[in-house]
Amino acid sequence: MAILNLLRIAFLALQRNKLRAFLTMLGIIIGVAAVIAMMAIGEGSKQSIRSSLSGMGSNTITIMPQSNEPGGVRLQGSSIQTLKMEDVTAIEKLQSKNINGLSPVVSTSGQAIKGAYNWPTTITGVSTDYIKIRQLKLKDGILFSDKDVKRFAKVCILGQTVIDNLFPDGSNPIGQIIRFKSIPFQVIGVLEAKGQSNFGQDQDDIILAPYTTVQKRITATNYLQSIYASATTEASSDAATTEISDAVRESHRLTEAESDDFQVRTQAELISTISSTSSMLTVLLTAIAGISLLIGGIGIMNIMYVSVTERTREIGLRMSIGARGQDVLMQFLIEAILISITGGIIGVILGVSSAYLISFFLNWPILISESSIVISFIVCAVTGIFFGYYPAKKASNLDPIDALRYE
Amino acid sequence: MEQKILDIKDLKREFVMGDQTVRALKGITFDIKAGEFVTIMGSSGSGKTTLLNILGCLDKPSDGDYLLDGVDVKSLNRDELAGLRNTKIGFVFQAYNLLPRTSALENVELPLFYNKSISAEERKNRAIKSLESVKLAERFDHTPSQLSGGQQQRVAIARALVNHPVMILADEATGNLDTRTSYEIMALMQELNKEGKTIVFVTHEPDIAAFSTRTIMLRDGKIQKDSINTNQRSAREALDSLPESDDY
Repeated sequence: MAILNLLRIAFLALQRNKLRAFLTMLGIIIGVAAVIAMMAIGEGSKQSIRSSLSGMGSNTITIMPQSNEPGGVRLQGSSIQTLKMEDVTAIEKLQSKNINGLSPVVSTSGQAIKGAYNWPTTITGVSTDYIKIRQLKLKDGILFSDKDVKRFAKVCILGQTVIDNLFPDGSNPIGQIIRFKSIPFQVIGVLEAKGQSNFGQDQDDIILAPYTTVQKRITATNYLQSIYASATTEASSDAATTEISDAVRESHRLTEAESDDFQVRTQAELISTISSTSSMLTVLLTAIAGISLLIGGIGIMNIMYVSVTERTREIGLRMSIGARGQDVLMQFLIEAILISITGGIIGVILGVSSAYLISFFLNWPILISESSIVISFIVCAVTGIFFGYYPAKKASNLDPIDALRYE
Repeated sequence: MEQKILDIKDLKREFVMGDQTVRALKGITFDIKAGEFVTIMGSSGSGKTTLLNILGCLDKPSDGDYLLDGVDVKSLNRDELAGLRNTKIGFVFQAYNLLPRTSALENVELPLFYNKSISAEERKNRAIKSLESVKLAERFDHTPSQLSGGQQQRVAIARALVNHPVMILADEATGNLDTRTSYEIMALMQELNKEGKTIVFVTHEPDIAAFSTRTIMLRDGKIQKDSINTNQRSAREALDSLPESDDY
């Protein structure tokens, strides 16, 4: 009842001074709208930077064989035959939420032949997850299936460099048969060009086939060159590494005393670049947001302060007809809160719509997070109370006699 | 009609200004009974305003007793004084002090907003009744800027009446008005007085004092004269005796 009365008093007082209330609100509106729009653009760019960095394979985990013999002649990793399909199965069995892709890798080099043309390249035997792990994209055709893997199907997917050299006339390779080490393979898919890797390696000089086919029909071996896995996110990369290590150690029956006969590698440098870029952007955005809201808050304080001085006689009158100090305090406080909340709501609407307009017209990536809306709204309500309190306190402490005679 | 609304005994008020003590009221004793129409007169510096502030519970005496409708004002704190002003006193000011850009009705409702025991419906009904009693029934939704000075003062009187006070306290209520409008306001005051309202009217104009039933004259912080006005003038007749219009 009492609070309803005070709400009505504050509302009527605001209604009397629509323009001033609106101008005060403007500070909050612009503050909140700026925060939401900027957070949307900032988060959008952050996401797109992250995803383009992830496209470089930041989540990829590589498991390579390695000698654990401290003495003797050390062999190159690829000639060690310790990684087996059992290791892949062991990792698969973990069902870890930190790992979302797993593929064995068997590769061998040789001559690919198509009619009159031939090209020295490498055939890589993989499982269906490989494309996802390496962030490869099919330009045309289809990916081989798990069934193809089971059946040792003689199907393959070609990289652009291989196509350029085997099909120089530009004919469609899909459905054609090529030969690799005299084994015929049907081309079922074409990869999108990826260009050079960071180290100058041509990433398009590649033939992908089911690993079973490569193992049984070409290399006639049962060991793997390496295993590729991908972590769910950059952050889970470390956890995934530990899990994989433990699983492979167990599968290799290594005792506590023995060191690893394999190594697990992550893209540590890429990951740290991503996280430092992200946190820098976050700090920048937060700073901008904080400053905008602070200015809005100071706007409220300024106008409320002027308003107390300007309305001294009104306060005197209210007190003379029975308003207690706390009634006046509450009235001014409620006015400040009403202004900031209304301003906050309008600001949210304006911010969200301007973010969409920007993304529509400038084609910038945006991401409106609920947290930015909730936080900016709460902050503006809190600044309203915080900056409204001092002038309200001042008003409530006025002496009614002085206030009534105030000119 | 013998109930004492106001009972003041040896009232003193001193202000300390720097190292000087200003004695604004030097011991005042009087009482006002229900139904009286008292004017308090005095030149500036006589302590009139100080007395008005104390009567209106805006200020407290330094010494002496003030009982308003049986309540000892001296023992009350700031908030209790506000409550007393809200329920027992109706203020009418020289400058009307209406809220700008606010309808007459809402202006009149204002004191009741600060009284928790009154519902929104009752608030509105009482405000309407109050405006009717000052003959402004058809001006409910007019804002102060759409009303003449006399009408504004009548809204202010309606506001003073709305909380059913034991006393209406007017501070130079005719000071901003021309003679004709002043008389109209005084006629309204006399009517309210006839209906039983106790009125305390602070003024420095002797012709206004003539409309009251009793005049207290202050001088240098003391009561110089406290006289019953046996020959109360009727404001209505005074109004009729004014020339029809002196505009030319």
